[in-house]
Amino acid sequence: MKFITEFRRPELAEGLISQIHRESRTKARFMEFCGGHTVTIFRYGIRQALPKTLEMVSGPGCPVCVTANTDLDKVIALSRIPKVIITTFGDMLKVPGSRSSLEEAKASGADVRTVYSTTDALKIARENPDRSVVFLGIGFETTAPTVAASILKAKEAGMENYYVLAMHKLCPPAIRAILDSGETRLEGLICPGHVSVIIGAHPWESVAHDYHIPCVISGFEPLDILQAVSMLVAQVEKKEARVEIAYRRGVRPEGNPEALRIMDEVFEPGPAQWRGLGEIDNSGLKLRSKYQRFDAELALDIVTEPPQEPQGCLCGEILRGVSSPLDCPLFGKTCTPERPVGPCMVSSEGSCSAYYLYGGSLGG
Amino acid sequence: MEDKILLAHGSGGRLAHQLITEGFVRALNNPRLAKLDDSAVFDLKGNLAFTTDSYVISPIFFPGGDIGNLAVCGTVNDLAMSGAKPLYLSLSFIIEEGLPQSDLNRIVASIQKSAREAEVEIVTGDTKVVNRGSADKLFINTAGIGIIPDVVDISGSNARPGDKVILSGTIGDHGIAVLSQREGLSFTTRLESDCAPLANMVAEMLSVSSNIHCLRDPTRGGLATTLNELAAQSNVGIRIEEDKIPVREEVIGACEMLGLDPIYIANEGKLVAIVPAEDAESILDIMRSNRYGAKTAIIGEATTEHLGRVVMKTSLGTSRIIDMLVGDPLPRIC
Repeated sequence: MKFITEFRRPELAEGLISQIHRESRTKARFMEFCGGHTVTIFRYGIRQALPKTLEMVSGPGCPVCVTANTDLDKVIALSRIPKVIITTFGDMLKVPGSRSSLEEAKASGADVRTVYSTTDALKIARENPDRSVVFLGIGFETTAPTVAASILKAKEAGMENYYVLAMHKLCPPAIRAILDSGETRLEGLICPGHVSVIIGAHPWESVAHDYHIPCVISGFEPLDILQAVSMLVAQVEKKEARVEIAYRRGVRPEGNPEALRIMDEVFEPGPAQWRGLGEIDNSGLKLRSKYQRFDAELALDIVTEPPQEPQGCLCGEILRGVSSPLDCPLFGKTCTPERPVGPCMVSSEGSCSAYYLYGGSLGG
Repeated sequence: MEDKILLAHGSGGRLAHQLITEGFVRALNNPRLAKLDDSAVFDLKGNLAFTTDSYVISPIFFPGGDIGNLAVCGTVNDLAMSGAKPLYLSLSFIIEEGLPQSDLNRIVASIQKSAREAEVEIVTGDTKVVNRGSADKLFINTAGIGIIPDVVDISGSNARPGDKVILSGTIGDHGIAVLSQREGLSFTTRLESDCAPLANMVAEMLSVSSNIHCLRDPTRGGLATTLNELAAQSNVGIRIEEDKIPVREEVIGACEMLGLDPIYIANEGKLVAIVPAEDAESILDIMRSNRYGAKTAIIGEATTEHLGRVVMKTSLGTSRIIDMLVGDPLPRIC
């Protein structure tokens, strides 16, 4: 089976689109949680293909975008400590903190290295025994297990110079925070695909039940999204609120037990700061006490100034689904992918970047 | 111990002389270079095209090519995109001390091979060696001169509504092949760079139509950036169809994994032609018969709508705007 072209077949898409048009009678707003979904929706012009009854809003599912300035400032302060090597996924480099970005810190001499996995970070730590090597633990449940595994490996190998700055975030509490706030009316959720590969379908069941909202877990190809939308429409029309999986090739109801076990061994839930959503209880992951010696925040002396938010930037509202990038006075003017003001313009999965790259009014 | 390039190789003294005569002149073998005068002298009449480019690629060897054949093909292709027949190239090396002599030999051999295929002569050159850290292994600059046939008028501002947009083959091969070799990106692929000299194909195209409006090679910034440049320069809209753009499975796969879009990935052996509709089929046929154009396709046309912008019909039948590449494509993390 071809895993990409099979899920982009135009004749199947056409069938799903006409089915959605036939079946959708009730006005409904659906939120796609994940930035990856937003990109697919724009790249394939899916919003244009949907009937007038349906409205899609983008959610906070871009890990770079939801990283709060307090955390970014910590990262930049860390990079300025002598003999510290920062290892990070590339997306983090350009994200503006309160006063500067990691890219600017790097240009001023900080040792910042882009890696593609925690294995690379461990390798750098082994090769530089006289340096403190910090991996920036950013991301959702998708990346947390591999970071947990790197800590287990470092412990097993007796490494004393490898640290993690734990900034991981959990998706279900963020969705609950959005639904609790009541700022955005939603009739359906497209739940994140890769996150659900790890956590499975069960954590979404209480969301569907408590808020009486249909939830469909989707993959990232256009046919996945169209299938998810058509399943949401069917539930809306029947006034149901269940969890369904439109991504069977990736997601099992129970998730990935081994990944969950490793994550639970190393991390425990704790409060986390979300850009736009503020502090949410039990929405982050902190290192359990027996792994605290790997915690960069405890091991290294990080000194930060009080955070500042950029004037006029609507990233927070956009992440909550309250505003669209087109509402932002900075969008496309002072804030562009080359000179981003807010994080939603930086990440390839940020809403602002998707609107900018794929032509907001036409694509939307 | 392996022979390395030393600072003395760029000093103008005995070692430098030895490197030039034995390393370069013998390998690149042509009478104008062999004279070793301060400048190459030749007699040319007609419309001349002149271009230059510097090559700083890392790594210097990559699947399907190296910095040497890239430096020849890149400049040859820039000349060809004006419709010129490339004739003479200059070749300047900036070498970081410590480069293995064997690497340099391999690159010079590859330069010679590409120059022979492209039917150009390297007629003048220069070598500098800099301290370790002042350059990354090897930088090359080439400049080239070519001659443009009288009837030819090719420019980025010549596209007209109704013209067809032709692409000479699969996109993204070069960028993904190079990216796959970068440190830390542990994916393997059989993909090779498409690096190739296109002057012969252009000459064949001109033999069936002297009315080609625009030619451009979609290098950095990829197909999307090239089409945007042409739409803006000619003040036409360009409408393309996603399904018509040839892309290899491996490129699609790698792009998915890294969160990239093939239309923004660099090519080194492809061209985009904008031609009058009535000439499109004959140009298409002759391009397909060339070894570098087997997968040539008509991917769209120029229109009077959305002037200066590029719009793509997606495989789902919807439309989206294709913008220029902004910033560097970053790998995704989730």
